[in-house]
Amino acid sequence: MKIIVCIKQVPNTNEVRLNQETGTLMREGVPSIINPDDLAGIEAALLIKDNVGAHVSVMTMGPPQADIALREALAMGCDEAYLISDRAFAGADTWATSSTLAGAAKLLGFDLIITGRQAIDGDTAQVGPQMAEHLRIPVISYAEEINATRDNITVKRQYEDRYQRIQANYPLLITALSELNEPRYMSVGGVVNAYEKEIRTLTYEDLKAYVSQENIGLKGSPTRVKKSFTKQPKGKGELHQVSDDESVSIIIQKLKEHHIL
Amino acid sequence: MDFNLSKRHLLMRDLCTKFAGAEVKPLAAEVDEQERFPHETVEKLARYGLLGIPIPVEYSGAGADNLAYAMAVEEISKVCATTGVIVSAHTSLCAAPVFENGTEAQKEKYLRKLAMGEWLGAFGLTEAGAGTDAAGQQTTAVLDGDNYILNGTKLFITNADAAHVYIIIAMTDKMKGTRGCSAFIVEKDFAGFSVGKKEKKMGIRGSATCELIMRDCIVPKENLLGKEGQGFKIAMQTLDGGRIGIAAQALGVAQGAIDITVNYVKERVQFGKRISQFQNTQFELADMQTTVDAARLLTYRAAFFKDRSEPYANYAAMAKLFASEAASDITRRCLQLHGGYGYTREYAIERMMRDAKITEIYEGTSEVQKMVIASHMKVN
Amino acid sequence: MSQSKDVLVFCEQRDGILQKVSLELLGEGRKLADTLGQNLVALLPGSGVENLCSTLIAHGADEVIHVDHPYLGDYMNEPYTKAMTAVLREGNYEIVLIGATAIGRDLAPRVAARVKTGLTADCTSLEIDGETRQLLMTRPAFGGNILATIICPEHRPQMASIRPGVMLAPVQDNTRKGIIRSFDANLKESDKNVIILETVRAAKKTKDITEAKILISGGRGTGKEGFAVLENVAQLLGGQVSASRAAVDEGFAPKDRQVGQTGKTVRPQLYMACGISGAIQHLAGMEESELIIAVNKNASAPIFDVADVGIVGDMHKILPKLITRLEAIANE
Repeated sequence: MKIIVCIKQVPNTNEVRLNQETGTLMREGVPSIINPDDLAGIEAALLIKDNVGAHVSVMTMGPPQADIALREALAMGCDEAYLISDRAFAGADTWATSSTLAGAAKLLGFDLIITGRQAIDGDTAQVGPQMAEHLRIPVISYAEEINATRDNITVKRQYEDRYQRIQANYPLLITALSELNEPRYMSVGGVVNAYEKEIRTLTYEDLKAYVSQENIGLKGSPTRVKKSFTKQPKGKGELHQVSDDESVSIIIQKLKEHHIL
Repeated sequence: MDFNLSKRHLLMRDLCTKFAGAEVKPLAAEVDEQERFPHETVEKLARYGLLGIPIPVEYSGAGADNLAYAMAVEEISKVCATTGVIVSAHTSLCAAPVFENGTEAQKEKYLRKLAMGEWLGAFGLTEAGAGTDAAGQQTTAVLDGDNYILNGTKLFITNADAAHVYIIIAMTDKMKGTRGCSAFIVEKDFAGFSVGKKEKKMGIRGSATCELIMRDCIVPKENLLGKEGQGFKIAMQTLDGGRIGIAAQALGVAQGAIDITVNYVKERVQFGKRISQFQNTQFELADMQTTVDAARLLTYRAAFFKDRSEPYANYAAMAKLFASEAASDITRRCLQLHGGYGYTREYAIERMMRDAKITEIYEGTSEVQKMVIASHMKVN
Repeated sequence: MSQSKDVLVFCEQRDGILQKVSLELLGEGRKLADTLGQNLVALLPGSGVENLCSTLIAHGADEVIHVDHPYLGDYMNEPYTKAMTAVLREGNYEIVLIGATAIGRDLAPRVAARVKTGLTADCTSLEIDGETRQLLMTRPAFGGNILATIICPEHRPQMASIRPGVMLAPVQDNTRKGIIRSFDANLKESDKNVIILETVRAAKKTKDITEAKILISGGRGTGKEGFAVLENVAQLLGGQVSASRAAVDEGFAPKDRQVGQTGKTVRPQLYMACGISGAIQHLAGMEESELIIAVNKNASAPIFDVADVGIVGDMHKILPKLITRLEAIANE
């Protein structure tokens, strides 16, 4: 079985802080990590490899610095890694990103693709299902359990108020939730090996048989970012010393203002 | 001269930081409080290759180097010095001497299991009357047919009741003094071998420190490590390597103390200011970090020369001397910055201060390190 | 670009029950349609859910497109994608809104990919640009640290998924009139490309408190029984219970619920501290929460220094009253 895991290198948003004076994001010194849902995707693929045998390729679209995320995946036990990197891919939204990744998947060949549900920097959850569409294969999103055999796969698919057990044949795309598993760490031996392997860079030249120029980069992206801004820093809090009933009313009103109710 | 770590070493550090943060740190207070050996952590260390870091792949090790090993002990000790010394004693004091002095058969039989972490290792040199004066060994080994018969008691043995295999130093010829010492590979199940009383310690309380008792303990003669008479040399070389591990442990404790103190002083408000805003706090931390960086450079230098198979005993002694004294001093000063909270068990700094002290004592006291360094300086 | 015009809202139902977000989107869709001077169309796929059509009209739809098919009973990606795509291709839509639920976030991207248009995920506010008439879709990113406004200039429809709970559902008006139209999406057996073995209605398993959006937290003063009350509040708000170290030490809550320097660092949308004075080690673990409400008897408790809303009072008296009010709201 051939599995492709798609990963994204993201800033650890838990450590992103706002510069209160300029209102800009302080990304400097913020460590980059493999997106948590994607890490669960790697683990899911490696478990299938451990249990039924599989060749696991990992790929990411990003700048050359994303190399480190791929090395980490190799050190966890993935067999090979691809960096999809080209100026032609720059400025891609989820539409163009998914068509580019789909092109790479066609080039590599696969039985199963696993992506994370969503990335913690963008939170869109769109790339997985859109890749599946570009590849014309079924998608099962929000996987919280996966049982794979050589013939088919059963996924426990999470919803807010329920879950489904879904069975599907290959080829197939699954989007993984971080609840899916506890990703293994890199191993010491894995780290030693990770730098002995070659990471192949895929440029548009490599993918052009599989994805057209209109569907990549800025040109292939229907959406544009018009502006981005930071939230206003919150001012000093308020203190109420009122009757219990009034206190409850204040709490209810605040919950409504913040769309919690 | 290049002070950059390779990408591989950076990734190694990343692995160790993640592992230590998620698997070691959550247990640190508990194993200290309960004086409990963290068996579950040892299994995980084994799974990720952390018990065979500098052992070659052909002997089922991870195939990394001593620098990676030092970094691993450092990262683990940042959050738990107990776990740090478990790794260090196992790797430096048991796996390494088998690798460096063992026969192929011994490596097949013991090194593989040690490197995979299937077996945990320990080292028995110290005795009641032979501490810093290690030459005063009382344990004896007498050849009787195909076996050596060992008699004696070893003291203060790290990993003692958790280990499966021990490197034991014993006298095969009392007349020859240190040249009459030999080293043996002893399994815990050998007849006549037992683990004695467990010490109640000030720090590293999760590590099992006990006596080893040998009463007519039968050791097959093929378990002689090296040749008869080489025991003292093997022990001293083993300790040279061990000092890199202990330097790394001390370095980790010191850096870990600074890290939690930096977080603390940014939160704690006194006189209407975060205490990080006081110059005393800033100067204290700047001074301590400089010391820790120096300790790190010394430690990595020692590992670097060991990796190049060049003489490193002097460098290891300097690293261990400097890093251990730094750890004691820095944990004490960090606790002071914590104020009253630091004296409570709610904060890790109290444990770290207790843990730091032993690094100045075991695997050669600071005074022994100075003897080693002075002799390299030919001051005698 | 073809002449597009109307606003379409995907109306999600599960087991024949309309999801609240659908009504919220009708409210928002109504505003957008009125701004553009266009109709609001509600798309309702399902199996045997015709009875819901009138509800959609009563909540602002001018037209309901009802796609009824046995394959649209339990949600499945491909039949739903095919049905929605067919509806979009048949009409001319300027804007399409869909709830950012576990269904919407699976369906919308696939539809957008199929019809080749842009999709903005998880929006929290929508607006029509006065000049360009484009839809300005604003959404949080970087874990809520920044907001980005996204446009889709050259492709139609402009698609957005909207976070549940951020838009206001309109008041039901049963006098409203509208058209109900059945639509045949021409679904085939082969569209069912996966097999649903079972569907089990059950709430999600308990999450780690670091992932909870709402935390109701107690301290030493909360007491064992107080924690049962917190559990009640948390359930009503769809959140979880957390605790200070003191409360954990007293055995009121398990260690994995502890917030603070020696526990976990949390950043929920709502952190409600009840009977927690706010030792520094606790504050370090929660001060970055989006909205902090603190209830404490002591007006000089340090927790009030970080709280957005401080209530000086006895949580043992206030929380039961709060529960009564929340239950009343839930039953509305």
